[in-house]
Amino acid sequence: MLEIKNLHAEVEGKSILKGINLTINKGEVHAIMGPNGSGKSTLANVLAGRDDYEVTEGSIFFDGKDISELEPEERAGEGIFLAFQYPVEIPGVTNTTFLKEALNAQRKYRGEEELDGMEFVKMLRGKTKELGIKDDMLKRAVNVGFSGGEKKRNDILQMAVLNPKLAVLDETDSGLDIDALRIVADGVNKLRSENNAILVITHYQRLLNYIVPDQVHVLAHGEIRRSGGKELALELEEKGYADYSGEAA
Amino acid sequence: MAATLETVEQVKSLEMEKYKYGFVTDIESDKAPKGLSEDTVRFISAKKNEPEWLLEWRLKAYRHWLTMPEPTWGKLQHAPIDYQDSYYYAAPKSNEDRPQSLDEVDPELLKTYEKLGIPIREQEVLAGVAVDYVFDSVSVATTFREQLKEVGVIFCSISDAVQEYPELVKKYMGSVVPYGDNKHACLNSAVFTDGSFVYIPKGVRCPMELSTYFRINELNTGQFERTLIVADEGSYVSYLEGCTAPMRDENQLHAAVVELVTMDDAEIKYSTVQNWYPGDAEGKGGIYNFVTKRGICRGKNSKISWTQVETGSAITWKYPSCILQGDNSVGEFYSVAITNGRQQADTGTKMIHLGKNTTSRIISKGISAGKSQNTYRGLVRVSAKAEGARNFTQCDSLLVGDTCGAHTVPYIESKNRSARLEHEATTSKISEDQLFYCRQRGISEEDAVGLVVNGFCREVLQELPMEFAVEAQKLVSISLEGSVG
Ligand SMILES: Nc1ncnc2c1ncn2[C@@H]1O[C@H](COP(=O)(O)OP(=O)(O)OP(=O)(O)O)[C@@H](O)[C@H]1O
Ligand SMILES: [Mg+2]
Repeated sequence: MLEIKNLHAEVEGKSILKGINLTINKGEVHAIMGPNGSGKSTLANVLAGRDDYEVTEGSIFFDGKDISELEPEERAGEGIFLAFQYPVEIPGVTNTTFLKEALNAQRKYRGEEELDGMEFVKMLRGKTKELGIKDDMLKRAVNVGFSGGEKKRNDILQMAVLNPKLAVLDETDSGLDIDALRIVADGVNKLRSENNAILVITHYQRLLNYIVPDQVHVLAHGEIRRSGGKELALELEEKGYADYSGEAA
Repeated sequence: MAATLETVEQVKSLEMEKYKYGFVTDIESDKAPKGLSEDTVRFISAKKNEPEWLLEWRLKAYRHWLTMPEPTWGKLQHAPIDYQDSYYYAAPKSNEDRPQSLDEVDPELLKTYEKLGIPIREQEVLAGVAVDYVFDSVSVATTFREQLKEVGVIFCSISDAVQEYPELVKKYMGSVVPYGDNKHACLNSAVFTDGSFVYIPKGVRCPMELSTYFRINELNTGQFERTLIVADEGSYVSYLEGCTAPMRDENQLHAAVVELVTMDDAEIKYSTVQNWYPGDAEGKGGIYNFVTKRGICRGKNSKISWTQVETGSAITWKYPSCILQGDNSVGEFYSVAITNGRQQADTGTKMIHLGKNTTSRIISKGISAGKSQNTYRGLVRVSAKAEGARNFTQCDSLLVGDTCGAHTVPYIESKNRSARLEHEATTSKISEDQLFYCRQRGISEEDAVGLVVNGFCREVLQELPMEFAVEAQKLVSISLEGSVG
């Protein structure tokens, strides 16, 4: 589903990703861990196609298609979703409006029929119920005045509504209390199917107890230094990143 | 001496003859001759079969206009206006071949509405809106009049009102905006061609929203609409004014006057969506929109509320204002002004507190994009007798890009110590993070700008009647097209 080869990327002239290779197949869950500033969020942004994040070498194939020239909204339409490390506030735009705009824009991109207000609200109510999110959250402006944890939950709600093929969760677990962590994990597990894939970026092994990964990767200094099964996360928790502190040869 | 006098009289009578002659042929024509003179004023008045008092009023205004300087305090730049280069009257059709129904309305106009997502007929049928179309200065279609008549509401063109309700027109026209108020209003008083008249009788809540669409049709035709709305004791009306204009290349002068009067316990809600042609990307063409809008809360507990969404025009010069004369009266101003390309807007309000315990509220949202300039200019004045006056003002500016300008110029004059005046102002930029967030969810950059800006304007847009709000949201997005990327 996702095939990243020898990916190099820079931000503002600074080289950050230095040859990432990563393949994620349908139905798999991968976790990326790694020290602060190692390039995890950069990878997520590059996948999503953010301006200013320039790919200098390598390729990104998604569903067999080279997406490196696509606009962010086109990648979203292709089915890539990014849960942000720092979700953004949009004053005056209610969650409902935002989600309806987003979903219909994606459906339009894919040549599917847009949902009318009634159909949409019905579907939305179903999702909030499933995730145990209160409906009054829908009437509030996107992330405005939300607590840190609420913002993360809101991103998961968006994910559930948009039903992406690939969800990239950038530290969605940080700042969550136990219950919220469970909501987030439930949401992710509900999305999980043989047709979807999930990439979880996290600092904590704890999340991986709820969302059990097929593979864990260590990203340091802009490279994937090591990959392994879920037990790698436990090892990292114990030992830290000392083994990965040096620049690559 | 005597001879000279004789000569003068001879010449005068000759002139009269010439004038009469010219007059007769001209009146057949659908257009006044180009340019502005007393003859133009007489022509318009004669065309409309107006009573003597109104002609006199127009002439007084015209003569005064000649002596008035152009207002210069707006933060606006434009070449001097050549008043002789315009036509001041153009009737599209004679009475008989006016469109009798909307089916006969210009399909171009209907197309524009469609683009905005407001099929007219649907809007009429579903929303029960009475529509008084103004094409090129003359009303060509009026609907729902009968229904309004049943409850005693008068809603007609101001020309018809002059014929049918001369006493009301004479009593109120110019009572809120005197002809000498400012140069643009003065010009309007001299040459206004049409507009709407509304009278809501005592205790009547107008059963539907009244709506007028304006548009400019003929090349070089200055538009001088005049609207007068009187809400008698305990009455209520919501009035919608909207404009769409097709592309054109010449600067066009538009100087409208709107006067509102509320008696005791009456309320007028006046909403505008203004979308005149703003000119091309280089600022060529586009409408010069010099509007004088003012309401007076004459009665106690009365209320006037202005809501405007200004997206069009090359130049917008407009300050819908409230004179709060009656005790406990309330004035409101909700405004969204969007400028893009080379547009210039200088808009705001004046709240004049005269009565006791009068309250005013100002919410202004200015959005500047492209190379435009957007100024909020507002005055809150509290007179010595306005015990307990209160005002709340909030002016927010949003910048899209970094080649535009946003300015806030609030004036406060308080002569009463008990007044409580609050002012808040913010300026922000649309953020890359917001745009990326929207785009990551599938929303195109342009739509993302529209969404974020609509959110920014929400407080104002939600003041609009439902069907108008939908149109306005679309306009907000459409008018920012091409501002990013
Ligand atoms: N827009 C930017 N401008 C300049 N430098 C940037 C930008 N974005 C990222 N960087 C730099 O790139 C490096 C990698 O940042 P990134 O956010 O990808 O790290 P991370 O692995 O997600 O860290 P964390 O665990 O703290 O979230 C850092 O040194 C950061 O300062
Ligand atoms: Mg990060």
